Parts: sequence; structure tokens; C-alpha cells
Amino acid sequence: MIRYLGQRFLTMLVTLLIVSALVFWIINLPPGDYLSNQIAELRAQGEAASIEKAEFLRKQYSLDQPLWKQYFIWLGAVPGPDGYNGLLQGDLGWSFEFDQPVKEVLGEALWLTCVVNLAALLFIYIVSLPLGTVAAVKAGSWLDYFIAIIGYIGLATPNFLLALILLYYGQIYLDLPIGGLMDPSFEGEPMSWAKLKSILAHLIVPTIVIGTAGTAAMIRRLRANLLDELGKPYVVTAKAKGLSPTKRVVKYPLRAALNPFVADIGNLLPSLVSGSVLVSVVLSLPTLGPALLTALQTQDQYLAGFILLFVSALTLVGMLVSDILLAILDPRIRFGGRG
Amino acid sequence: MAHDPTVNQPTNQPSATNPSERYVDTETYDPAAEVDIGGARPDLDMPTGKLIRQRFFKHKLAVISAIFLAFLYLCVPFVELIAPYDANTRDANHLYAPPQGIHLYHEGEYIGPFVYPTKAVPDLEMFRWNYEEDRTQPQKLRFFCSGERYEFWGLIKADFHLVCAPEDGSFFLLGTDRLGRDVFSRLVYGARLSLTVGLIGIAISLIIGMTLGGMAGYFGGWVDSVVQRAIEVIRSLPELPIWLALSAAVPATWSPVAVFLMISVILGLLDWPGLARAVRSKLLSLREEDFVKAAELVGAKPSRIIKRHLLPNFMSHIVVSASLSIPAMILGETALSFLGLGLRPPATSWGVMLNEAQNLTVVEFYPWVASAMVPVMLVVLAFNFLGDGLRDAMDPYS
Repeated sequence: MIRYLGQRFLTMLVTLLIVSALVFWIINLPPGDYLSNQIAELRAQGEAASIEKAEFLRKQYSLDQPLWKQYFIWLGAVPGPDGYNGLLQGDLGWSFEFDQPVKEVLGEALWLTCVVNLAALLFIYIVSLPLGTVAAVKAGSWLDYFIAIIGYIGLATPNFLLALILLYYGQIYLDLPIGGLMDPSFEGEPMSWAKLKSILAHLIVPTIVIGTAGTAAMIRRLRANLLDELGKPYVVTAKAKGLSPTKRVVKYPLRAALNPFVADIGNLLPSLVSGSVLVSVVLSLPTLGPALLTALQTQDQYLAGFILLFVSALTLVGMLVSDILLAILDPRIRFGGRG
Repeated sequence: MAHDPTVNQPTNQPSATNPSERYVDTETYDPAAEVDIGGARPDLDMPTGKLIRQRFFKHKLAVISAIFLAFLYLCVPFVELIAPYDANTRDANHLYAPPQGIHLYHEGEYIGPFVYPTKAVPDLEMFRWNYEEDRTQPQKLRFFCSGERYEFWGLIKADFHLVCAPEDGSFFLLGTDRLGRDVFSRLVYGARLSLTVGLIGIAISLIIGMTLGGMAGYFGGWVDSVVQRAIEVIRSLPELPIWLALSAAVPATWSPVAVFLMISVILGLLDWPGLARAVRSKLLSLREEDFVKAAELVGAKPSRIIKRHLLPNFMSHIVVSASLSIPAMILGETALSFLGLGLRPPATSWGVMLNEAQNLTVVEFYPWVASAMVPVMLVVLAFNFLGDGLRDAMDPYS
């Protein structure tokens, strides 16, 4: 088990390294960089003092170096003008657009992103487990079709539209709060019970919106898996021996069907994180989404790069967790290495 | 049974014709006689294609979806004819005008399809325009008429439309948007980009996925492990942020057509891993078959073996996964354009239209501006149903 975990962890680190290179390459695809664009603009306006500052920053953040060298400096594997100060040393770089270190710009957004995605993940499991089970047990009934229709609608509606509509009607009929992740009066305040309550109330709409598409897919998969299991002879035997209907489903078939359900976190997380970026732009949540959009539009490369990397790391860690859970659940995987 | 049992009763007596007492069927041999294997499955004799078609047609929802999609894609080349207005024609007298209903009867009298003219009345309290219908003057719609001039496919100048607004009147079937552009016409024009973006994207994804998956599965060894690692890396990337980053890299100076092509390429670039994985695992098992060995011995090149002998074996799987990937790309384009990083005006797509429906004012006061969400949902649903139906039908022996 330990060996399996170690191997899995190492693979993740290697993947993360490749992803970081890929991300760095992608954010440097647009011609020029933030500072050279700004210098050109300042030069056109004839402002000498600001040009000097921009030139200084350009040197400071080694934007005058070749791309591969920039990458390693960003990573912290090669000394920059001030020695080693890259991601590995915990220095996330400088945001040109906000004129602040990336760490300060993002601040709370990092853990709020995790919170939102975790909430959506929980929502998916809490909703799809009972619905999928019911749909499979009552396959072919109106309840099954009803669940299928809801699932299809969730699959087909673009996230952002659902967000707008839920936001509007939630506010009108249920008095749910609009936008943001907490009441403005709590911003910057230390954590308290009232603040937590406010955050939870604000989380309702984003969680549902981000979760719907995943829930639909999850319900369909669980239903198919469980249907396969329910048709097997051992279920018939259980019925013949007089096991109660609930026990007959929950005791063995559901547990067997749950396996792919857990493994699916790997597929689910990337789409979840994608969805949360989009939805948080629409709902103006203080997560990474809006910051990423601004950073990309203004070529604020260190900010954009770090956000992309963080988001990818989030999915990679999620996949790692799903693999570990799977290994705990399924001895075939745990002992697979020993043949 | 077709044979009469009394005729070919075995004769156990030795005779001149049958000295060894063996059983001999006395009936004359008729090669044209039908062989009855006694099964209740007449479908087993059917060609596979016919079987697939039969199973597909049983799936009502999939058939309806297929017809619906076929109709939409047939409309795509002729949007200029179908739309009463150009996508970017503005009517300054009708900003945020609500949909005009088509009526048939005016004061109890049938006069054919017509609309009532609307007039904008400023609402100074809410700071918006209210529209009043003038119920006294029915304006008949014109059909097969000459209306606004356009360049068909950018080549032929013409002014023929299926339906036009009445003379000195307006015909806004689904209302107008912020700039007074006809929402229905924009929907029709938007269909052209939104529907084709998925096709181009899937073509690119298919090419990459089949080439890499085919190579990995056929050659195995280090090629396989390299492709496997690449698949793992790309699958772990969150799609939308990477799409955003890539499309942010598309220069703003490019023409709308170039941007459109680039966006479709970007959508296809992240989609192939799933397909490559399926192709690879299928090839791994298929390449052990005898017919592959035979082809190798005859001296066929790997590319020929993959293309001619292996890929056709799971074409059905590829068709299904393609039809299930297209809706994801359509939604992707919508999302990108919605965020302002995909297609940009003056290009018109459903995503670009939804970009204008981004605020709560629209949801509350002018819901028709967001009507592009209806075709998006319908098309995505249709592709999903079609894919499900195809998947069930493609495996006819189950």
C-alpha cells in the first residue's frame, strides 16, 4: 500500500512538472508581454519616469531572458536577478496588472476556490447517490424518467445561464443573496459564526450550478452500474432467501456499483474546476475565475500562470485522493502490484 | 420441417442401391432449398447494416433528434435566405423591442399571416422603452420576396428572402436586442458558426486521437508509454481555463474567419485523449488477431494495416464518441464567447449573443435577448440522444 502511494505521488509530481511547463508555454503564446506593451504605450505618451520603472521591472522579472530560462527562473530552479526566488521557494511572482505580489492579489481566493469546488463535489455525491440508486431500482417507472429528464436538462444547460436564472429566481422567491461569497460587511473580518453562516448562504447557488452537470453524468453512470449488478444471480438468491428489499440493494449491489463512482472523481474534477471558473465570473465570486479572466486579458503572465498551475494542481490532487480512496475500497487495486 | 418424414424413412433392409445398410436420403438434392436452422431469430440472417438501421429506428428519441439535427445542418448553408434581416442590421427605432406575434385573423377576418406595427413609447420612470401595438393596421408579411441586400456566401449579390418584413414595417419574430438587431435573424446566422465549430473541432480531435491512439496501440513499447503520459497530462488539465488561455493568445487583429477557425482548433486540441485511449485499448487486442499477421506477412505497411484493417473494426465506437463530443464543443464555444474570449463581434454565434444577455436586467426585462439558450440546449440534447441511440444500435448482436 505504502509503495503504491509513493509511486502514485511521484507520478503526480512528474505530471505537475510537465503541466507547469505547458502552462508557462501557453501563457507566453501571445506576442510580447505586459511590460513591453506598457513600455511601448508609455513611450508613445512620452513618460520617461514610468518607463524606467517598467524597464526595471522587466529586468527584475527577467522578461528579457529567453523563454526556457524564464521558465526555470519562475520555477525557482535557476537563480534569477535576485537569486533563487521562484515557485519552489514560495515566491509566486508579481502581478503587473494589480501592481502587487500575486500572493496578495489572490489571498483568500485560493481557499475559497477549494471551498466552492469541495462543496460542489459534496453536492454531486449527496444528490446523485440516492437519485441514481432510486433510478436503477425503479428502472422504467415514471420516477426513473423524471430523474433522467432532470439529468438531461442539467447536461444541456450552459452553466452560466443556469447561474443567471437561479440567481434571479433565488433572490425573488427564496431571498437568496446575490453575488459574492459573503456579505460585504464580513470581508476582511476574522472568521466568526455569523461570517460562516453568510458564506454558507452565498454558497447555495454556486454549488448547485457548478454541480448540476456533474450530477447528471454521475446519476446516469451509477444507474447503469447498479442495473448491471441488480441483474446478477446473487441478487436473485438474496431475494429468494427473503432479504428485505432495502438490504438487498444496499448490502452488496450498491457497494459493488460504487466503485466506478469513486474512480470517477478523476474525470469529474477537471470539469468541475472548469465549471467553477466560468460560474464564478458570472456570479462574481471572489475565487480564481475572475482573476484568471483579467490576467489573461491583460497578459499578466505570472498571475495567469500561477492560477492555471494552481487549478491544475487542484485537479491532480483530487485524482490522487480518488486513487487512494479506490485503493482502500478495492483490494484488487491495492494488491495489484504483487500479482 | 420441409421434408416429409415418411419419404426418407431409413430402409434397414439391404438392397441393390444400398448394400451396406447405411442411411441414405432418398430425396433429390435441391441446392436452392432454404436452410432452416430452426431459430426464432430471423434477424440473424440480416446484413449488419440493416440490423443497425432497424435498431436505430426503434429508438424514437434518437430518430427525432437525427431529423432535427439534419434539418438544422441543412439550413446552415442558406442562412442568408432564411433570415429576414442581416445579423448586424440595426433598427434605431426598435431597441429592446419585444417579439412581434404573427396573427392570422384581423377583427374576425382571415387575411393571412400579418403583424401589427409597434411604436416605442419612452417610460421615463423606468428609463426604458415600452412598445405599443397599433391594432388597427395589420401589416401583411411578404413571402419569397426581395428584401435586404446581402452577399450569398460573400460571392453572389442577392436580395431574395423566404420571408420579409412588410413594406415600411418591421418583423421581429423574437424581438430585438440592445442595438435594435433582430434576434431571430441573429439566431439563424449564429447557427452557422455555432453548429460548424463542433464539426471542425471534432475533425481535429479525431485526426489527433486516431493517429496517436492508433500508433500507441499498434506499436506498443515506448511509443505507447509516451502517448499514455501525454493522455494523462492533457486529461488532468481543466479544460475551460486552458481554452481561455489559448484563445486569449489569438491576436485581436485577426479576421473573424481566422479567429473562428482557431477557436475550433483550440476546442479540438483538448478533446482527443478520451478517443485516443479507446482506440489504443481496442487496437491492443485487435493487433493479435490473425488477419493482422496475414496483412503483415503480405507486406502491408503499418499505416495501411491501421487504416484498412484495424480502424474499420471500431468505426462504430468512433462515430458514437464523436456524436457525444460535439455538444461539449458547442457548449465550449458558447462559454468562451460568453466570456468574451471566443468569437468576437461582428461574428455572430449563439455564444456571442448570450454574451449580451449577461446581466440581470436582461433576465428580468428583456428575456427574449437570451433566446439563444433554447437552440443551444436543444442541439446539445439532440446530439446526446443521437449518440445514445447510435451506441445502442451499433452493437446489434447484444
